[in-house]
Amino acid sequence: MNHLIRFFLVIALASAIILYGISSLNSSQGYSGGNTLTVYNWGDYIDEDLIKQFEKKTGIKVIYETFDSNEAMMTKIEQGGTNYDVAIPSEYTIDKMKQDNLLIPLDHSKLPNLKNIDQRFMDLPFDPENKYSVPYFWGTVGIVYNPKMLNGKKITSWNDLWNPDLKNQILLIDGAREVMGMGLNSLGYSLNDTNKKHLLEAKAKLDGLTPNVKAIVGDEIKMLMANEEASIGLVWSGDASEIMSENEDLDYVVPKEGSNLWFDNMVIPKTAKNIDAAHKFINFMLDPKVAAKNTEYVGYSTPNKQALKHLPKEVVEDERFYPSPELTKKLEVYKNLGKKNLAYYNELFLQFKMHKK
Amino acid sequence: MENKLTRNLYKVPYLLWILLFVIIPIALVLYYSFFDIEGHFSLGNYQKFFTPVYLQMTLSSFWYAFLITAISLIIAYPTALLLTKTKHKQLWLLLIIVPSWINLLLKAYAFLGIFGTYGISNSFLKVIGIGQQQILFTDFSFVFVSVYIFIPFMILPIFNSLNELNPTLVDAAKDLGASKWTTFRRVIFPLTIDGVKSGCQVTFIPALSLFMLTRLIAGNRVITLGTAIEQHFLVTQDWGMGSTIAVFLIIIMVLIMLLTNTRKRGV
Repeated sequence: MNHLIRFFLVIALASAIILYGISSLNSSQGYSGGNTLTVYNWGDYIDEDLIKQFEKKTGIKVIYETFDSNEAMMTKIEQGGTNYDVAIPSEYTIDKMKQDNLLIPLDHSKLPNLKNIDQRFMDLPFDPENKYSVPYFWGTVGIVYNPKMLNGKKITSWNDLWNPDLKNQILLIDGAREVMGMGLNSLGYSLNDTNKKHLLEAKAKLDGLTPNVKAIVGDEIKMLMANEEASIGLVWSGDASEIMSENEDLDYVVPKEGSNLWFDNMVIPKTAKNIDAAHKFINFMLDPKVAAKNTEYVGYSTPNKQALKHLPKEVVEDERFYPSPELTKKLEVYKNLGKKNLAYYNELFLQFKMHKK
Repeated sequence: MENKLTRNLYKVPYLLWILLFVIIPIALVLYYSFFDIEGHFSLGNYQKFFTPVYLQMTLSSFWYAFLITAISLIIAYPTALLLTKTKHKQLWLLLIIVPSWINLLLKAYAFLGIFGTYGISNSFLKVIGIGQQQILFTDFSFVFVSVYIFIPFMILPIFNSLNELNPTLVDAAKDLGASKWTTFRRVIFPLTIDGVKSGCQVTFIPALSLFMLTRLIAGNRVITLGTAIEQHFLVTQDWGMGSTIAVFLIIIMVLIMLLTNTRKRGV
């Protein structure tokens, strides 16, 4: 009995010490109430020097928290009990958040730097007139491949992947829309197609790809591609740039048939406590020099036209990450297809996964 | 009067637990299974379960769970038998249990490295002249890693029942002229069958709904009912279909429990 009591006392004491430690650490960094701003972003998706720069400039303390999926972020905001002032969801999530009234409209008069954003990336279907969101980074879905392992062969189109020589060489990202989209694009259909006949056709075409598919994986794809576990991977351009910085042999291509164009955007969720500071932060991130510094750190493509002037030429002129206008025309943004169509996409994707070699 | 009151008080934690964490969750799963993706009441999910896609998935879940359980048993029984005969049996047992203290995700990631094209196991195969093989993302690697993870749970109950076995019974069998094999078949195994049963239950039932390993180790080349539930809840947000699959899993598990428990000890 005495042992048991001592056991619980030790745990209680340890917890008390940790709690005290946390609160004293927080207060020493000036986080105790007052003028603070809570930013909710993807992991490793901002140059942290910029946060310090923002704090110095405005005197607002920034609390920075991270998430690893749109769904997790949305659930946390939906449930409340948090006070995120700025969040950075992807475009299809913004559509959902709008429908569920989770966003606060932006006051454009407080965002003079909005003029720096390239007009191509403004007023997009998921958020007309940018009422709720400002683009943060953008990118594509494409193929990362290892020319060394392919004996110098180049990949330029989705249909190259169906080559019988590539047996067991392809890794796919575990996303229904990305993989189904690849099937649709290879047949010349739209990524947002909801015609059942077209979708079944795409699924049948994907079944033909199974002998070439080594695995369908999640975030591990970055590690696996960098370790040369396979020679070809279906990935987002952001992941591709990360993989390529780890293994310089690899190359990235946006297939010529077209592909997906995605955006991560800054929004003010309804949990915001400091709306004024949130606007200041968004405006700060839109500053050309700040955006350029952030782009150099993160490695994704910036929608900030003025920032391009502050970036090295080889970055801006890299067509893999800043595709030419002709190719950009073929890129499509995912539309929110509604639950029912999305369920059908997922059903077909599940069947594709079950298709044996 | 007072006695009755205190006795009822003792029941409170148990009843609360059962209500909050057993009855209500199962009722909710059952309730959600009757709604389609747009929130209308329907039996469509149950109809959908009886289509080739889900039946095939059920079949393959069963097959892999069976393989995992059978292989675990074949390895675990001799191991447990050996352990009871060693000098420091508690220490050896502890060494087998220690890996189960490590997070499952970490172990799975470790196997990604070990089984990879340039991993240790392939270097070994090269050295002994077999040459490079694809190990990761195959049925073999999936079953291997699952067995590795479940084996402590199989060994423990078997070890306990072997440990409780009265050694004089074995001596008696020997004195009466039974061979080693007959002693094992007619005395040791029947007396430890309860340990084997509970070992099989704690392996087979979780193995039916494995999901994380199917992606990490099998690269989604193995699809089990657990994978489908995960996808329906997290990606599609079709809670109805996810719940329907869960209902079938619960029914299957209850059936297995009944089948393995009602049989009397056979001699």
